[in-house]
Order: sequence, then structure tokens, then C-alpha cells
Amino acid sequence: MTNNLDNKMREALFEYLLRLGDDRLILGHRLSEWCGHAPILEEDIALGNIALDLIGQSSAYLSLAAEVENKNRTEDDLSYFRNEYEFKNLQLVEQPNIDFAYTIARQYFFDVYEGLFLEELAKSKFEQLAGIAEKSIKENKYHTRHSKHWVLRLGDGTEESRNKIQTAINDLWRFTGEFFEETEVDEILKEKNFAPDLKLLKQKWNEIINSTFEEATLSIPESKDFATGGRNGIHTEHLGHLLAEMQIVARSFPGAKW
Amino acid sequence: MNQTKEKILKLLEDVYDPEIPVLNIIEMGIVRGVNEIDGGYEIKITPTYSGCPAMKTIEDEILDLLHSEGVEKIKVTKVYSPSWTTNWMSEKTKIKLGGYGIAPPEENSEEFIFKKITCPFCKSTNTKLTSEFGSTSCKSLHFCNNCLQPFEHFKCI
Repeated sequence: MTNNLDNKMREALFEYLLRLGDDRLILGHRLSEWCGHAPILEEDIALGNIALDLIGQSSAYLSLAAEVENKNRTEDDLSYFRNEYEFKNLQLVEQPNIDFAYTIARQYFFDVYEGLFLEELAKSKFEQLAGIAEKSIKENKYHTRHSKHWVLRLGDGTEESRNKIQTAINDLWRFTGEFFEETEVDEILKEKNFAPDLKLLKQKWNEIINSTFEEATLSIPESKDFATGGRNGIHTEHLGHLLAEMQIVARSFPGAKW
Repeated sequence: MNQTKEKILKLLEDVYDPEIPVLNIIEMGIVRGVNEIDGGYEIKITPTYSGCPAMKTIEDEILDLLHSEGVEKIKVTKVYSPSWTTNWMSEKTKIKLGGYGIAPPEENSEEFIFKKITCPFCKSTNTKLTSEFGSTSCKSLHFCNNCLQPFEHFKCI
């Protein structure tokens, strides 16, 4: 299906697939940093498993991106040999783990968005994209179940756990506006029914977050000042450090196999 | 079906899931088909989980095995839709899994987290879920209150 795309569509689709791949690659890498450090063994395993799912999904998007781009690059070239400004992920996913509460707040914001997004993406007329979405929906269900349960437990737990998760929510809230931002790329893809309308997801996302936070006795920050830039390659200072660690082996020994 | 196709499918029964060495990739439902493509063959496989590290190994093993058996032109393609489900495992496969000490997936239900999974060792249903996540993406952790053994269960997806 990637053979008969015109140039404009090819470029837009490539860009779009980078966004999807990068969101999951960076978030997966962040979660993998917990490996061996999580508060309890079961949680160490859970976060490792979720990280693997996300990195696997990113591999599906990025290999499709490489195929669409058709310039002899591979998913590994795209993961390891692009610089910070070439990454198109949401700023939310590059935010550091800080503590378990931050990790859970970041994950829950993303999981809820991802669930709504995938449901629409599975209807894409670009069938390879719809296929990856269909597969990811199953995985997103248990990811969301995991992060939601922790939001409830921390929020409705002790005073300390509640303070920690509320602080994390307040700090990370400003990165949630990017979920619903669209650019020209979205317009081009929406015309062909390849990509969902992100604006339609916003209300539902807010409703789900509101209802969980209410149950968890947490409050929604009132601020309406949202960070922006990730889709254009503008990032917070954290992404560069993450990439340095993620890419060093591949860049030090290009083409190495193990 | 031509003879080579049949031969390939037969050969693929010798490729085992490295994480669950008791099941081969046909039994797992990973192989979705073999097609003839310009002078060679395309093997379609579907990932059990997106992040399953065994997929790469399986792909390499398919290529190694078929090459060594003289089937030269082989392409392995990943397909995502329809997505893999534990429903594709036969009853026979599930019994094998149980015999290996992993509680098999029960029917088609994501609701397994609310159910009492039968202990593969003592067959008691007095068990509890320890964690939805286990040593591999496809397994959850449980504990048997009867024989006091932790055990793994192949999740239903």
C-alpha cells in the first residue's frame, strides 16, 4: 500500500508515523529506566512489560515509517541516528520519572489518551496503520487498568501518597494540551481518512480523567497554560539526556550486531 | 496447496517458542500462512504481543531452518491484523501448556483477572492473582492457596 502514495502524502505519512513511533519509543525508554529500581518486584515486572509493549509498538510504526519514506533507512536508523530536533514525540513522554507518582501520572494521562486515539486509528483507511492500532488496543487495555488502579490507590491512599500524586499531576498537567494539537500533517491525512480528528478526543479524555480523579479524591489543575512544540521537534531539556543514553551504543559502534 | 507449501508448514512445526519451549509456532497460532511469491515463499507471522522479544528469535529460526532444508527464497512478513488471540490455541495445545506447569488461557475472556484460575499443579481453584504481569508479556502471576505454590497463567487476549 506504500507504493502508490504521491509525494505530499508520503511526506505527511512519514511525519505522522514518526510522531506515533517516537511517543511510544521515548515513553517505553523512560519506563525501562525503572528496571531493577521499582518499589516492589511485581511493579518492576509490570513497568518492564509495559515498556516492552510500547517499544514493540514503536518498532511497528517506525519500520512502517522507513518503508513509507523509501530512502533505505531502517527502524534502527530512525531510532538511533536522529537528533533531538528530529524527534516528534509529545513533551509529556520525555518527562523524567522523578518518583513513582510522577511515573504513574504521566502514564495514566497517556494511557487514557492512547485508548481513545487507538479506537479511532483502528478505523484508518490506511490499512497497515489500522492493523497496528487494532493490535495495540488489546495492550492498551491492561496498561490503562494498571495505571488507573495506581492513581486510585495513591490518591485514595495515605496523606503522603495523595500529596505525591497530586504534585505530579499538577506538574505534568501542562503537557497534556499537546495531545489534541493538530498541524498541517493531520489535515492532509484526515482528508483521506487516514488519521483521526484529535479535537474530537478532548472532551472524552477530560471526562474520563475527571471521573477517575473524583474517585481518587484528586483535583484537576485549573491552569490552562499548556506547553507545545514536541510535534515540531521542540523539546524540554530532558529529551537530549535520554537520547544520549539510548543512542550511545548504536552511535559508538554503527552497524554492530549482537 | 502445493507440495513445498505443505513441506514448509510441516518444517515449521520444529520451530519452538523460545519462551515456552513446549509449544511450536504452529500450535501457538503465530504462523498465519505461507504464500508463493515470485520464485520463493512468504511466511506470514503475527506477533503475540508487540513487545515480545521472542518474535525476532522466531523469525531468525524460521529463516535458518528453511535455508538449511534447501528452501532458498524466503521472506518473513509480520501481520498485525487480525491481531493474535489465545483463541487460536487448540484444546490439545492448552492441555500441553498445563502439563508444562503454566495454567492455560480459559476461553475468550479478558476478565481472567476477576476469576479464580485453576492451579496447574494441584487443580485447586482456591487461587489468587498476584500480578497481571509476569516473566513474559503473555503471562500473569498467581498464587495457589491450597498447595501454596506460585504459578503462571497464560493470559487471555
